[in-house]
Amino acid sequence: MNIKRYFIVVEGIVQGVGFRPFVYNLANSFDLKGYVNNNSEGVHIDVEGHRETINEFLQRIEHNPPLLARIEKISIREATVLNYAIFEIKESKKTLDKITLISPDIAICKDCEEDIKSKTNRRSGYAFTNCTNCGPRFSIIKALPYDREKTTMKEFKMCQECAREYSDPTNRRFHAQPNACKDCGPELWVEDNKGNKLEIEDPISFAQNKIVEGKIFAIKGLGGYHLVCDGWNEAAIHKLRTRKRRPFKPLAVMMKNVETIKKHCKVTKLEEELLTGIRKPIVILDQKQNYDLARNIAPNQKTLGVMLPYTPLHSLLFSYELEALIMTSANVNGLPIEYTDSGARKSLSGIVDYFLIHNREIYLPIDDSVLRVVEGKQTIIRRARGFAPEPFKALDMRDILACGPNMKNTFCIGKDGFLFLSQFNGDLENLETFEHYKNNVEHFKEVFSFSPKFIAHDMHPEYLSTKYALDYDLPKIAVQHHHAHIVSCMFENNLERKVIGVCFDGTGYGTDGKLWGGEFMVCDRKEFTRVGHLDYVKMPGGEKAIKEPWRMGVSYLYKALGTNKEACGGLFELYGEAAKNLITMIDSNINCPQTSSMGRLFDAVSNIIGITDKVTYEGQAAIELEAVSDIEIKEAYSYNIIKRDIYIIEPYEMIKEVILDKLDGVSSKIMASRFQNTIVNLSVSMCTYLRRDTGINEVALSGGVFQNSYLLKKISENLKKEGFGVYSHTHLPSNDSGLAIGQIIIANTIVGNN
Amino acid sequence: MSTITLSHGSGGTQTNQLINELFFKYFSNDILNQMNDAAQIDIDFKKLAFTTDSFVVNPIFFEGGNIGKLAVCGTVNDLAVSGAKPLYLTSAFIIEEGFPMADLEIIVKTMAEEAENSGVKIVAGDTKVVEKGNVDGVYINTSGIGVIYENVNINCANAKLGDVIIVNGTIGDHGMTILCERNNFGFEGDLSSDCASLNTLVDCMLEVYDGIHVIRDATRGGIAAVLNEISDFSNVTIAIEENLLPIKEEVKGAAEMLGFDPLYIANEGKLCAFVPEAQAEQVLFAMRTHPLGTNASIIGRVTDELGKKVYLNTVVGGKRLVDMPSGIQLPRIC
Ligand SMILES: [Fe+3]
Ligand SMILES: [Mg+2]
Ligand SMILES: [Zn+2]
Ligand SMILES: [Zn+2]
Repeated sequence: MNIKRYFIVVEGIVQGVGFRPFVYNLANSFDLKGYVNNNSEGVHIDVEGHRETINEFLQRIEHNPPLLARIEKISIREATVLNYAIFEIKESKKTLDKITLISPDIAICKDCEEDIKSKTNRRSGYAFTNCTNCGPRFSIIKALPYDREKTTMKEFKMCQECAREYSDPTNRRFHAQPNACKDCGPELWVEDNKGNKLEIEDPISFAQNKIVEGKIFAIKGLGGYHLVCDGWNEAAIHKLRTRKRRPFKPLAVMMKNVETIKKHCKVTKLEEELLTGIRKPIVILDQKQNYDLARNIAPNQKTLGVMLPYTPLHSLLFSYELEALIMTSANVNGLPIEYTDSGARKSLSGIVDYFLIHNREIYLPIDDSVLRVVEGKQTIIRRARGFAPEPFKALDMRDILACGPNMKNTFCIGKDGFLFLSQFNGDLENLETFEHYKNNVEHFKEVFSFSPKFIAHDMHPEYLSTKYALDYDLPKIAVQHHHAHIVSCMFENNLERKVIGVCFDGTGYGTDGKLWGGEFMVCDRKEFTRVGHLDYVKMPGGEKAIKEPWRMGVSYLYKALGTNKEACGGLFELYGEAAKNLITMIDSNINCPQTSSMGRLFDAVSNIIGITDKVTYEGQAAIELEAVSDIEIKEAYSYNIIKRDIYIIEPYEMIKEVILDKLDGVSSKIMASRFQNTIVNLSVSMCTYLRRDTGINEVALSGGVFQNSYLLKKISENLKKEGFGVYSHTHLPSNDSGLAIGQIIIANTIVGNN
Repeated sequence: MSTITLSHGSGGTQTNQLINELFFKYFSNDILNQMNDAAQIDIDFKKLAFTTDSFVVNPIFFEGGNIGKLAVCGTVNDLAVSGAKPLYLTSAFIIEEGFPMADLEIIVKTMAEEAENSGVKIVAGDTKVVEKGNVDGVYINTSGIGVIYENVNINCANAKLGDVIIVNGTIGDHGMTILCERNNFGFEGDLSSDCASLNTLVDCMLEVYDGIHVIRDATRGGIAAVLNEISDFSNVTIAIEENLLPIKEEVKGAAEMLGFDPLYIANEGKLCAFVPEAQAEQVLFAMRTHPLGTNASIIGRVTDELGKKVYLNTVVGGKRLVDMPSGIQLPRIC
């Protein structure tokens, strides 16, 4: 009697990813009997056979699951043998109140790519091909459980052949909810910018031809519309930039294949993995010397944001003539991405010549994710398509909603040991985005059967996410912005004990009502002590000072040198009449909030060395400053660290030296590098002092300024040289779109300790 | 040069001298001249509007007016936008020792002119002088009483779906002028306060259509504050159009430099009216015949979208929330 029966529960992302047919086929290949079914806690496998065989079967499940599966937990219990005759897939059972994990949207797989490229396959050239290993998920799911009726594919009734694939456990399309073909699935068409549908045979070859001619298209993709034109056509790109009113911000490019990318950009092994993996995000790559795409794709940049085709539609767009396409989110001036046909027609008709549209509705808009490799390590700038809503694990998690920041918003819900970070929502200042944010929170509540017991939010009283939080009649936890940044970094690095937190950021609300952002703190997951910061300077004009770096330039110069002519060649000579009014504002304290922001210091220096007066996109001054710098340059400027109750960092000596360099005609490359080296040096000094004071050796780096890879790389290197344990971000953005994780962890710790 | 001394506030001869030689000289009328402790006013059984306001503006004299003009206009306007005909004002002065007599005379004279102009009488008053440094020059309080027109029901809670929103001219003029003059900013162009009594304008609006739902003057907190109050009280959503906002170039320039939003800047001669769409043209036409309404225009409407709030349709095609102003506007950009 050596037949055993085991009852196995597999938890994690195991639904809608081909897990049951995988188990079915595996069990049959081992000649095991029993059944597999879906359940709200995951997948149940009831299996009978020899102990060794079942062991091997389990090994295979654990180590070689389907591509998209993510196994969180396998529990096994022995049971009385029932002598099953066959192995079968049973109907799903529902048990309530358990989280079901939803798969992110997944890029087209190799097999489907082959199907559409093959002349003989019945899906040849079909733009909506998918299988259990790929295709839309999160963006088309309206409600759970995940089946076709609850997605935007409900409109399409499967033809006989598709239905056969769908119900055949040995088929790659077994229970692939969005399964479709030419005969039964979504279709493509072209409209001109007046809304007239064109009578054409083949929308894709029409689009290809027109794009080659220099036309601009709005193309409906997976999570929204893109604006598309030929990546070699400088005139078309110029037209696109003018119409979109986006003069400088780098545009993302989609390239035919990795080989094409390698012609223009340096691609490391990790970068190649990220580019070609199942998520297919935009990866920021270094341009090669012989890069020859249109110059106006990424003005003043040494980098390029590149991605590979991630839907069959995208893949079909490329041809012998088209190898690189501009593929930028179709939104106008910071408004949310267009994802409905009517919305796209309304707001994009002035920008594009044609629309390439399809009738598979996008239920949840989702932007392309953006990654960058720094020091051989992945960093994530925007976490959206391919990542959301994949959860993070967090033990002892209470039911908390963290409302997130005001800009680059993501929110986070915590439940049953999981953290679900929403996709990138954008800037809540825009009413449509704010409405969308509120709806998205509701959507998350519904699909994860979540109802919050606590609300975490930023301390900034004017954040719309704070105002939203305050409307809840639930216990609330206000979390300081930079503490949240640092704790998000602690979380993903499994740091529990006190660390030295270095938060270099734009501006966030401090406990003294001032705007912080160049912060050194000693903190754990519950509380923080501010132990040092950049000296406060004024931001003449408030928010205007963020959009116009010359204001920070004047503010810093005035604080460092006054207006005297010998010192700096004369502030007024440099900045003209407008500087007088700015100084009056500073002297009379009119609309001059005080800030210790590192981002604003970058703005100021970027402006002083002559890079930017006004910015047309967020972070432009700092981004362009990084772009001109050279990491080989070693020199730096002076600075002072003054110990009062806490350390105050005074960069005024540096400002003087910058202006002297400038008057000497030193190149912006050298000045930009020296400046960033100064920030590296002062950071290392600060950490050394703080280690001496506290005995803490672990340093966590976070905040938007650490998207600067020059800074991140050099600070990390130099701190490591000094023997520090250095922790930075890999899976979470260092900018505000990672903030909600910090908020939720801090709130959970506070609630747990009370 | 003659200045205010503490004895001008002692209640003795010098006080009487000040009252007789300055205040009576300008404010003189049949009721005030009775010199009672309280003014006796004959009013039939009518609905009254009654209000008070204190004025502490710095600088005291500014392009387009002075504190005295402001003190009369402010109270007259509060009565007018309640749908009342302003009748009587009281005025109380708190004066700093050492304040130039000549300046005080200009202020009082301006008040008299403005009262005459808007058809009200200043019927009672009070004068206090405080030691140097205890106030900044001169503060004035005015209270006012008016009779509410029959059949008129102007009320913050009356805005209705379908109303259009009319302003009588450019916004932000007063606040920007005061701020710039106070700090000696040198901006291009001439900034000038819009300080004015709006009662005759309101009369001419009600004359063509007495069913106007709401009229409010947009003072402190600007258009943004008023619209938010109306949105709250009437429980409606208000959409205004950035490209329709009447703003003088010089105000726009100064606001841009200082980082302020003209929607939040104070006015002293501007009103917002909520008028049913069908009557809007008629009311606009009437307003444009009045000197204070030549630039009257529609800036937005009451909509049925998105719950109760105020938002701006921006020129780039977005929608931006126009929140209730709250202290200093701290940047929200990280
Ligand atoms: Fe931040
Ligand atoms: Mg009042
Ligand atoms: Zn596939
Ligand atoms: Zn089919």
